[in-house]
Amino acid sequence: MSESNKIFNRTELTKRLVGQLKHEEAVVAGIGNTNFDLFAAGHRPQNFYMLGSMGIAIPIALGVAIAQPERGVIALEGDGSLLMGLGCLTTVATVRPRNLTIIVMDNGLYQITGKQTTATGGGTDIVAVARGCGIAASHWVHDDTHFDELIARRFDDGGPVLLAVKIDDKPGAAQTPRDPALIRNRFMKGLGIGSGGVLDA
Amino acid sequence: MPWSETFLDVFKKNDVRFISYVPDNVLTPLIKGVTSDNYFISVNATREDEAMGMVAGAWMGGLKGAVMMQTSGFAVTPNTLASLIVPYQIPAILVISERGTMGEFNIGQVAVARIMRPTLDTLSVENHTLDDESKLPFILDASIKQAVKTQAPVAFILSPLLTGGNPVAHAKLSS
Ligand SMILES: Cc1ncc(C[n+]2csc(CCOP(=O)(O)OP(=O)(O)O)c2C)c(N)n1
Repeated sequence: MSESNKIFNRTELTKRLVGQLKHEEAVVAGIGNTNFDLFAAGHRPQNFYMLGSMGIAIPIALGVAIAQPERGVIALEGDGSLLMGLGCLTTVATVRPRNLTIIVMDNGLYQITGKQTTATGGGTDIVAVARGCGIAASHWVHDDTHFDELIARRFDDGGPVLLAVKIDDKPGAAQTPRDPALIRNRFMKGLGIGSGGVLDA
Repeated sequence: MPWSETFLDVFKKNDVRFISYVPDNVLTPLIKGVTSDNYFISVNATREDEAMGMVAGAWMGGLKGAVMMQTSGFAVTPNTLASLIVPYQIPAILVISERGTMGEFNIGQVAVARIMRPTLDTLSVENHTLDDESKLPFILDASIKQAVKTQAPVAFILSPLLTGGNPVAHAKLSS
């Protein structure tokens, strides 16, 4: 990991990301702070907010990416959550969806449960792990301009991309409404998979 | 029709195209069936909860899917079932080959198998134990349709009475 990486703030970076989404990209955000900040950046119909199932954001995003290969799909995940199921990176590397981008918000902490240190706060390098798992296009993000460039170029290599950002220890900026059936229904509608029929009119 | 062929047939009739699985010996013919047929999009997951997450994502993206696993694999999944599949109302189809009963040699499988039905019942997940080939087409087709219409998961437990059980177990038990 390069020493010159900017320490980002999750809330600001998520806003920055959402500002660059112009094509109804699906965004799946993990348990706790990642989905709180996605919600804080302004609700979009293509957002999926998790309320549990720690570690499963990337698999959910992979499922969406497989079902809708023409849509850009982004997974937002915390380092602690990713560490719970690193195996999913090997699955992403095997499937090689060209439309999937993984963004890991690495504070080196389980922030939401009391700021206990994770392995990435010690010696584990998420980008090295992801490359080892077979996701060749895995990068540490150095600063804002670098982030914008990497986001703009994310489809260029024809495979999945993983961006890891070092972030501060701040909590998420809002709380997502906790109504899973509604979240799922609206997300599906946002992806053009309506189920409400006349009720959706 | 052998049980695995019935599954493939009913999956196709119901547009169930996405299959995520962690291998199991008994499921081998079914896994071979989906991986060798271009109709299906199959992904080998590293864990069963990961497979469930993929099926949830695929469903929300418009692709119906099933997770295939053995009993021990099911035991990995209750958190994902309880906090994702059930509350978000995802009609995930769970195909579980039943180990730990009727001729098991591995004590590690036996206790794990006992938690399966109580867990499914506690979460109110519709579950059917499949032990009779003749009833298979009806149960599978009707239950998959019900799962989709009611936006709820369904679990199919493949009894050794249906599958013949684990071939490795037979060898170990008679030696
Ligand atoms: C299976 C499971 N284990 C533990 C928890 C408790 N828990 C909830 S969020 C969390 C930490 C998440 O850490 P990370 O993904 O790094 O996000 P951060 O809080 O740092 O933003 C933990 C341990 C849980 N919800 N589920």
